[in-house]
Amino acid sequence: MKREVWQHVLIHAVLVLLGCVFILPLAWMVGTSLKTATEATADPPVIAPAVAQWQNYSDAITYGQESLGYVPFFVYARNTLLYCILFVAGVVVSNSIVAYSFARLRWRGRNVAFAATLATMMIPFPVIMVPIFTLFVKLDWVGTFRPLWVPAWFGSAFSIFLLRQFFRTIPMELSEAAKIDGCSEWGIFTKIVAPLAKPAIAVVALFAFMAAWNDFLGPLIYLHSQDQFTLSLGLQFYRSQQGAQWHLLMAASTVVIAPVIVLFFFTQRLFIQGIAATGLKG
Amino acid sequence: MSSRNGYLFAMPWFIGFGVFLAYPIFASVYFSFTEYSVLKPPIWVGTDNYSTLVGDEVFWKTLVNTLLFAAMFVPLATVVAFGLALLLNTKVRFMPFYRTVFFVPSLVPVVSLVILWMWLFNGEHGLINVALGTVGIEGPNWLGTVEWSKPAIVLMSLWGVGNAMVIYLAGLQGVPASLYEAADLDGASAWQKTKNVTVPLVSPVILFNVVMSVIHSMQIFTQPYVMSEDGSPSRSIYFYSMYLFDNAFKYHKMGYASAMAWIMFLVIFFLTLVALKFAEKRVHYEGG
Repeated sequence: MKREVWQHVLIHAVLVLLGCVFILPLAWMVGTSLKTATEATADPPVIAPAVAQWQNYSDAITYGQESLGYVPFFVYARNTLLYCILFVAGVVVSNSIVAYSFARLRWRGRNVAFAATLATMMIPFPVIMVPIFTLFVKLDWVGTFRPLWVPAWFGSAFSIFLLRQFFRTIPMELSEAAKIDGCSEWGIFTKIVAPLAKPAIAVVALFAFMAAWNDFLGPLIYLHSQDQFTLSLGLQFYRSQQGAQWHLLMAASTVVIAPVIVLFFFTQRLFIQGIAATGLKG
Repeated sequence: MSSRNGYLFAMPWFIGFGVFLAYPIFASVYFSFTEYSVLKPPIWVGTDNYSTLVGDEVFWKTLVNTLLFAAMFVPLATVVAFGLALLLNTKVRFMPFYRTVFFVPSLVPVVSLVILWMWLFNGEHGLINVALGTVGIEGPNWLGTVEWSKPAIVLMSLWGVGNAMVIYLAGLQGVPASLYEAADLDGASAWQKTKNVTVPLVSPVILFNVVMSVIHSMQIFTQPYVMSEDGSPSRSIYFYSMYLFDNAFKYHKMGYASAMAWIMFLVIFFLTLVALKFAEKRVHYEGG
């Protein structure tokens, strides 16, 4: 018993120590976002601001308003939100339907198609990057948001795989009973299977949200005018604009990071369970 | 009869697979044998792109840079992510809090992450060198020297091992408690339990993570690109994907970029085969 107590103390000590190393950069970022310009670049560094400069946040958010005539941060935020909503909706709808087919319907060639789907996860993005770009050039979609979200409505291998694994754990008897009661396949999917798979669908949605929220390469390739930029791209632009205004840059970064952290904190159990459900566990 | 429903439900993916995967894969093979600037139709040049690559100094430089990065990052990331997952799988209090702390860095948008770390790495008043200074070590000018710029990117990337860590954690939770109880009865130490029960049972997850991590390392782009678009100092952080991106979208050499992409695919394919071969006798699959 005593040995166990010591073990727990040791584990806590290691976790706290490593946790500090992991959280320090973020804490430093939040701390800096509340410093004055002089404190932010002081040498030796100032640990905490003498007076928390909350107006840094409003300064950072409204930065560039005078020169551009609009508030770039709000425009970036609106663009990012639009991208996220269209992307997440597409990922959830298309992959649920397709995964349902792979998990619970019988059709000729299903196993071959599934193997081919898994194999495509090996293809590095640069291989398909150029032809997809030229395709969107031909469609005249470059400079619009469509190249970013339209493909999401046609399924992706990883999400299909994750949802399929989960759908397979739902007893087939439920579907059969519904079929006897005269329920259509679409009805079984929307009324029985999809509601039972909510945790897995939530994980796929969360992954999709993070991918869109953080996407840099996509907007970099397809969005060219500044009023179309997303936050991830806009933040980069901020940097060159603001030069050495670290405190404002850190405030802007904090605002971008905060929603994702809050989202994860409330969904972390679901998140880990969802990944366990993919069958990746030993 | 029921086959029809199956095809109908899978239809979005059939279209997506065809348009956004199969077509691009074939087109990219074709482009790699052409000179193509998007504005004009592709011109067939045979294997010219590939033979030019062999003599292209920058191609070799970026390939070596990327392989060096992967060689540093993959082993370190595996050890750190797996070690953290082991700790986070113990039954001590405040676990949701600890898990969030270690996962949160991987949620940070890459651009914010890079800006933050460029500042932490600052040679004069960056937090890292100031901390090193307090224990009497004079830190290097991380991002300004050829020797330290790559390790800086490795360190920065290690900070975001959260994704791999969560996958390990999910794997660890699948190890039956009965096996640990049996090991306890035999008087096994924590180290013996880890080595003889945990590692063999989650070895498929380790293999999966190592392969994914190799694939991602070979494609590293955003972090170094945001740090310095031209990979300075002296192209020491000019990576393969950056050169590929520049060829495609800066120099409009789509054919050349496609050839580079296929070389990348072959390198990844070869490394994956090596990992699988290495794993053959070491990875334990349940029931066989």
